Amino acid sequence: MTHKIFTLLSIILIAVFALSGCATPATTVPTEEAVVEAEPTQPAPTEPPAEPTAAEAEVEPTVEEQPQVTVTWWHIQVADDQKALWQGMADEYMAAHPNVTVEITVLENEAFKTKITTMMQSGNPPDIFQSWGGGGMNEYAIAGLLKDITADLEKDGWKDTFSPGALGVFSFEGKYYGVPRDMGAVGFWYNKDLFAQAGIEAPPTTWSEFLEDIQTLKAAGITPIALGEGDKWPGAFYWEYLAVRIGGQAAFDAAYSRKGAFTDEPFVEAGVKLQELVALDPFQEGFLGATWPDEQVVMASEKAAMDLMGQWAPGAFKDASVDKQGLGDKLGWFPFPAVEGGAGDPADALGGGNGFVVGKDAEPEAVDFLKYISSVESQIAQAEIGLSVPVVKGAEVGLTDPMLVLVQQGAAAAKYFQLYYDQAMPPAVGGVVNDAVQGVFAGTLTPEECAAMIEESAQMELK
Amino acid sequence: MYEASPGETILPSRQEVRSSRGLQDKLIIFLFLLPSTVIFLVFVVYPIFHSVYYSFFNWKGLGPAVDFIALDNYKRILTDRVFLIAVKNNLIIVFLSLLLQLPLSLGLAILVGRNLPGRAFFRSIFFMPYVFSEVITAIMWLGLFNPDPDRGFINALLILIPGVEPFPWLADTRTVLLCVFVVLSWKYFGFHMLLYITGLQNIPLDVEEAARIDGANRYQLLFNITIPLLSSTIRTSVYMSVLGSLQQFILVWIMTHGGPVNASEVMSTYMYRFGFVRFYLGYGSAVAIVMFLICLAFSLVYQRLTPQQDYLGGI
Repeated sequence: MTHKIFTLLSIILIAVFALSGCATPATTVPTEEAVVEAEPTQPAPTEPPAEPTAAEAEVEPTVEEQPQVTVTWWHIQVADDQKALWQGMADEYMAAHPNVTVEITVLENEAFKTKITTMMQSGNPPDIFQSWGGGGMNEYAIAGLLKDITADLEKDGWKDTFSPGALGVFSFEGKYYGVPRDMGAVGFWYNKDLFAQAGIEAPPTTWSEFLEDIQTLKAAGITPIALGEGDKWPGAFYWEYLAVRIGGQAAFDAAYSRKGAFTDEPFVEAGVKLQELVALDPFQEGFLGATWPDEQVVMASEKAAMDLMGQWAPGAFKDASVDKQGLGDKLGWFPFPAVEGGAGDPADALGGGNGFVVGKDAEPEAVDFLKYISSVESQIAQAEIGLSVPVVKGAEVGLTDPMLVLVQQGAAAAKYFQLYYDQAMPPAVGGVVNDAVQGVFAGTLTPEECAAMIEESAQMELK
Repeated sequence: MYEASPGETILPSRQEVRSSRGLQDKLIIFLFLLPSTVIFLVFVVYPIFHSVYYSFFNWKGLGPAVDFIALDNYKRILTDRVFLIAVKNNLIIVFLSLLLQLPLSLGLAILVGRNLPGRAFFRSIFFMPYVFSEVITAIMWLGLFNPDPDRGFINALLILIPGVEPFPWLADTRTVLLCVFVVLSWKYFGFHMLLYITGLQNIPLDVEEAARIDGANRYQLLFNITIPLLSSTIRTSVYMSVLGSLQQFILVWIMTHGGPVNASEVMSTYMYRFGFVRFYLGYGSAVAIVMFLICLAFSLVYQRLTPQQDYLGGI
């Protein structure tokens, strides 16, 4: 008898142990050691960023007796020059404020998303961290995990330094939880040399021209498009942009407010158009399993002619190229082609911004530091290395890269600015959009099924 | 009635000594067990009950769980197409492991456990993949499988064959699960091989010698002597392989994220996607509980059905 009980008990214990690795989403222990390991290992940059001298003047040296404060800051700028810029700014700030220690954690995009979720679920947000605003930020704000910085923004006209559209992405129900760093639009980055090789004189302006150019490129033996569909969001841009071109603002607004649905005709039609594109097999070999970093390498090594991506692409191509120079003059940009007969204005843009939000436990010093890194001088420095399309007034002068100027003008010309679906809507819907569109890319879902999947989750999440 | 014996007066005191020493032993055992028991309860048992609790809620993981929905999460899991795909993929991995990986390990164990020249060398080579961390293994194989022949070794070899095009191993819905299985086998066959080697060393040589004297050939020796005597090791190995296959997460997540389009989705990646990507932590907890029940059911049935007879103990 006891033998049996022991056997039973040991079976249960083994099963419990074996499962414990994955059965415990409830106790997400904040992983301290991971923070340390993600900390930038490179020494402080030898060259300070370009323009911070004026900013230094603003920062008054503080009194010695102030208590020591640590500001934790998570950003996703893994490219060397961008990482160095942030580290340099933190070092300067710490030099001016001996009582403040800024602890930087640098994470790659996908790793960041994973890790921040865990931190939020454990109720332990960093003081300042990357955010795209919109639906994801709203979830955090509803749960009380972010700090309301509206009062700080109103003080001394800080709020007025930002362009209102970009700042608006970081507000929810009239309160601000963060500030933007950049705002831009998604468009096609293309390799001018490869286009010329294929004999294409001007970038396409309509969907049918676009499809023709793809065939021309293929005929010339050039892979037309680089895509990291394993990460899903790069491919979702295609479907979302098609929906913007076909249905315009009205279709999205109707579906979002639940007066319409994501099974409405424009969203199905977007899938049909996407199928037309996929049928031409325009992507590099293995695109369904590739990631955004893979996509960068394909573009940077000139193995594909086009890439539908946001304003951060040139900086990423630079970092992904062997000589860190990127494509240089070969790189061009054109807006997403118009779809014949679509209701959307061809100037409308899909895009979004990057910024930083403030965690609920942040000290006032964190907000002060945020102000420091959002200064016009900082923005100019960011624009100069192609990190940001600036959102602070007066920082446009830093935007020397002609490509980024194009993006900025493209975004500014848009009558309707569609925020990425996975930011405009709650994360659950965004996740389903990404998953469903991947099904269309893989040919396992029809446009109708894709739309129905999105609609199903929208019914659950949007009220 | 009661009859006194001469030794009676001494006996109780002896027993007293013995029992107090026994008590002391028990106390020491208890003290030694205490830390691990506490850790086990706090970090394993408590979270499981917590997960059960959360699995009854529509909960996003932020703030307290308030939206009680009883068994709705479970209903959704059992009717969700993707979850059923994940279960199917788990079962494919389980069966492939049992059919290919374990026989391979056994074969290698018999080779390197006994009479192959240089067996110590091969033994450590074969065991090496098991020593690598799963993350490193996954990243290494990601590189090997890279569809671009300039970057992926397998495709670089493939295109040396005339007329063969590079193949996107992990990006094709038809091959991705097999590729994952190859990596899983590569990683774990050494572990099972080691189990079998240990088992083989417990088989007394004289049994085999006796069989040989009786005229058994190598084939008879293997199937009538060696494998039956290994049965308890095989039982353990099968048990661990099945549970490991059911719970595999890290390799799959890093290599494919369960994709493309769920082609390599397994239960654990499904759970992770809902819990941590889509923020449905209540639902994710329910998936975890379903996984737990599947594993538990397997363990109970397996222990009940497999023969408990230990041939080796009979020798």
